[in-house]
Amino acid sequence: MSATLQTLEAMERPPVRMTSRLEGELLEVSMGPQHPSTHGVFRMNVALEGEIVRKLKPVFGYLHRNHEQIGEHTTYLGSMPYTDRLDYFCSMSNNWAYALSVEKLAGIELPERAQYLRVILAELTRLQNHASLLGFLLSDMGAWGTPLMYAFREREKILDLFESLSGARMMCDYMRFGGCRVDASDEWLARAKQIVDRFPKFLDEFEELILGNEIVIARTQNVGTLSADLAISAGITGPMLRACGVNYDIRKVDGYGFYPRFKFRIPLGEHGDTYDRLMMRALEMRETIEILKQALAQIQPGPIVNPKVRIRAFRPPVGEAYGRIEAPKGELGFYLISDGGPNPYRYRVRPPSFINLTVLEDMCLGHSVADVMVILGSVDIVMGEVDR
Amino acid sequence: MMESLDQIKSRIEGAVPEAKIEIVQNGSPSQQQSLLLDSEHALAIGKFLRDDPALRLDFCSNVTGVDWLDRIVKKTIKIKTAVDGVEKEVDQTTEEKIPGYLEAVYHLYSIALKHGPVIIRMRTADRAEGARLPSLTPVWRSAEFQEREIFDLYGIRFDGHPDLRRILMWDEFEDYPMRKDYVQPDDFEWEPTPHDEVLARAKQHYTLRPELDGAEALRKG
Repeated sequence: MSATLQTLEAMERPPVRMTSRLEGELLEVSMGPQHPSTHGVFRMNVALEGEIVRKLKPVFGYLHRNHEQIGEHTTYLGSMPYTDRLDYFCSMSNNWAYALSVEKLAGIELPERAQYLRVILAELTRLQNHASLLGFLLSDMGAWGTPLMYAFREREKILDLFESLSGARMMCDYMRFGGCRVDASDEWLARAKQIVDRFPKFLDEFEELILGNEIVIARTQNVGTLSADLAISAGITGPMLRACGVNYDIRKVDGYGFYPRFKFRIPLGEHGDTYDRLMMRALEMRETIEILKQALAQIQPGPIVNPKVRIRAFRPPVGEAYGRIEAPKGELGFYLISDGGPNPYRYRVRPPSFINLTVLEDMCLGHSVADVMVILGSVDIVMGEVDR
Repeated sequence: MMESLDQIKSRIEGAVPEAKIEIVQNGSPSQQQSLLLDSEHALAIGKFLRDDPALRLDFCSNVTGVDWLDRIVKKTIKIKTAVDGVEKEVDQTTEEKIPGYLEAVYHLYSIALKHGPVIIRMRTADRAEGARLPSLTPVWRSAEFQEREIFDLYGIRFDGHPDLRRILMWDEFEDYPMRKDYVQPDDFEWEPTPHDEVLARAKQHYTLRPELDGAEALRKG
């Protein structure tokens, strides 16, 4: 026995690595895909030096189902319910972007009431999206539960409105080429008006709760700063672009729908950090309420569908069109090529939250791991749209 | 107001003298005509479009690929021929075969001047494996992920792209699923596993061997 022990001692052992040697070394960590604050199945390969992020590569595709391929094998109208599943928080905006592109492709005009209904529903979608985003963002920061539930309480009211109008809370499938599917009753409009009128009270309460909070300020100010030049070059759109101080809102620039009829302002940030992105959502909700009040006051009875549009055997002329709207997350566009058949030859979605992730690495470099979650939360992604 | 596409085309030809540009017509009511660039000068043209003070197309919104298969275009022309000594107009149909190609389409807008879109497109020579185009990511960073997506789904290789990898499909995937002639495999996850060999050996083991098996021998009587 003793002989064996001697040989063991004589054996060469590998040198013990001291902890101090880890300094300056990079540790590669795979964050996600199963992580509550990645908002779905999103993964980032992060190289860390201590706690500081030195490299970050996003990994996509866990929810990829080749939505565009499906769209090319379905009729134009058949893709409408599929668009709900892109950004499943904002199905009304997705419907509108797709309908707008097809209307451009086929040259379809809309009746007045349908335009108003579209504005009302898209702005209600923006309200509930921004409210729940703020809740999720605070959840990511560690304020677990309470702010999210406050936001969801308001979101429920808007989802109930959607349900009573379209029959579904999230997968609304409401818009049609040349109009909308069902008309809104006077009671529905009155209820919408009531909810819109009460919304500022929730906003006052919510803003007081979070925006002046010391921890929120410490966690978000000067975190994930994005410069305006990089944001423009990287194609960032929506509240994230405006948080950098760039005045670009497609509702104003393109003036699609009936937006030129309404008076509203575009809130702009100054620093482009996470706090500005957070504030941008809060301020945009105020302007959205202004639009909704005007739209609900102006809407008149009338037809909701252009009767000239053929629902069956719908074949747009040969050609192509790109239509875009200001969705709550940024520029949502659809690019369609028609070869004269019942299906689009090419059906492309321009997903805002996918392209907004281009600068995720630039924003996260030099910050700690815990900040990555906050920065990612402020980008506002939905994986159904990112991976398509 | 933005200049017309003809004006833009002639100004590009002034700035990049050797560039060959064509205007692609669009029959749709959307009236979105586009510029077809030659891939040699695309990078220089892209920089001109971005930096020219009258255009300033600083925002590249949408980048996408299109797959065009081989197609036959039929043209009918009226020709005068002598039929039985009398001159008559006769329809003559000619068939022209257009070989397939892959296309990358860029939708450009200007945030500074708030106009657009200017649509530019580039075409590959053919649809073969390894079809190439120059990357416009050095001009507009927003093309980074979108060109990766085109490479992933259509198989266009972008020269000069900083990080050209698959993005939505997994790295080991071999085909290009958005191509028009793509055929989905029966089973994505099939791979030769030990199971097949084991199964073959197991079958061999469990075949009836009456000379060894007393029970089988008894049953035979």
